[in-house]
This record gives sequence, structure tokens and C-alpha cells, in this order.
Amino acid sequence: MDQRNFEYMFYGLAAAWTILCLYALLLTSRGRKIQSEIDHLKRMLDSSPKK
Amino acid sequence: MRDKLIYGAGIFAALYFVRNLYVILLQLPDEAMQGAVYRIFFFHLPPYFTAVACFLGAAIASGLYLKTKNWKYDVFAVSATEVGLALAAINLVTGMIWGRQQWGIWWTWDARLTSALITWLIYLGYLMLREGIKDPSERAKNSAVLSIFAFFAVYFTYKANEWYRTQHPGPVLTIRTGKNTIDPAMQAMLFHNLGAFLLLAVVLVAVRMNLENSQRAVESLRRRAHAIA
Repeated sequence: MDQRNFEYMFYGLAAAWTILCLYALLLTSRGRKIQSEIDHLKRMLDSSPKK
Repeated sequence: MRDKLIYGAGIFAALYFVRNLYVILLQLPDEAMQGAVYRIFFFHLPPYFTAVACFLGAAIASGLYLKTKNWKYDVFAVSATEVGLALAAINLVTGMIWGRQQWGIWWTWDARLTSALITWLIYLGYLMLREGIKDPSERAKNSAVLSIFAFFAVYFTYKANEWYRTQHPGPVLTIRTGKNTIDPAMQAMLFHNLGAFLLLAVVLVAVRMNLENSQRAVESLRRRAHAIA
């Protein structure tokens, strides 16, 4: 491969993958947060006295 | 079953990207003037077209929501918009890095770049609007209207370098120019990476839709909890 401007090519590819990975991590962390909230609410509803 | 399909598609997309990276870095011919940096193009144009597909899908789903009031269209619209926004960010950032090397500047306020940034901000505004409205049906209705109008900005961005003189390079794909302005191997690689990005977008939209449905389950559980308290 032609090595001219290799540095900028690396920056470009690294930026693209970084954004994708950050978004995937964001989705994962939101998923965990929502799941723990669902578990918490279900526990709360199960333990509350029925009217 | 649905989750297994999503994971399977995700693994397939990852393998497709590995194959594409191998070809991009080790097999494609070099570009005469730019050196290695032209390879950014494979992570600039495919995310853009994938983002356009996401925004188009969101606009269509928004129209269907307004017509049917079916929640699944609203769930799809917000999921596709968010994934499109991430892909459009890749398009903007990779373009800036390429511009810094080729033009000597990170940014210029020409029609194509400016309209791409404004489009990105409009879709960011769409997500902020949704955060700001608590009533689910009002939120879905208002954001659906915004999503439909926002797509005009996508079309304007697409056409900007035909309508105005811009610093941004003109079209290179044979389907747009009608001429062989790009090496066939490079063009084939662009379509391969577009395929990989489209597949990845399908996976991300499906995952995001699961999250949105779970979020709605949380809201429903909260309402029940408030009713009991």
C-alpha cells in the first residue's frame, strides 16, 4: 500500500470505529439500566399490598 | 428466535467488515494523487447512504404512525433516527479528517458541508424533542411531523453539490455520473462496505427497538406503581 498520508487514513478509520463502538456501548449500558429498573419496579409491585 | 437472528446478523456484519477491511487495506489499488488517505472514502460514503436509508425509513414510519396511530411505527422511527444520527456523525467526522489532509482545513461553510451539519442538528433536535415531551401520544405525533419535514434537509444535502458550487467533491459513482470516473474495484468495494453498514444498521435498529419497547414497559410499570402508591 502507498504509505503517503497513512496517518490521516488511520485517524479516519479509528474515528469511524470509535463512534460505532461508543454507540454500541451506549446501547448496552442503556439496556442494563432499563432492565435493572424493570426488575426493581416488578419487585416493588410484587411486594406491595394488593388493593 | 428474534434475538438469535439479531445476534446472527451482528456476527455476519462483523465478519463482512473484517473481509472488507482486508480488501480495503491490502488489495485495492492505490489512488494516484491522495496516497493512503483516499481509503477514508470507504468509511465516509457508505455510512452516509446508510444514514439516508435510516432517515427515509424513519420518515415513512412517521407517516404511517400519523395515519394508523400504531406504536410500532413510532418505535421504528425513533430507533432508525438514532442509528442514522450515529452513522451521519461518522460521515461528518471522517469527512473532516479527509478535508484536513486534502484541503488543509477541518471545515468550510460550503453548501454541502453546512447542509449536512444542519441535517445532523435537526435530527439531534428530533431526539431532544422526544425527551422534552412526557405524554407518549403527543411525543409520537410531534416527532413524527418533525421527522417527515426533516427528510427535506436530507434531500437538500444530497443535491447541494449539484445546485451550488461547493468545495466538496462531486459525484463519482457510475450510477450518478454515467461515466467510469472511479476504478471498478474501488466502486465494488464501496458497495460491499455499504452492504456491511446496511446490515449493521439493521442490527442496531433492531437492538434499539428492543430498548424502546423495554422503556415503554418501564413507563407502564411506573404508572401501575403510582396507582398503587
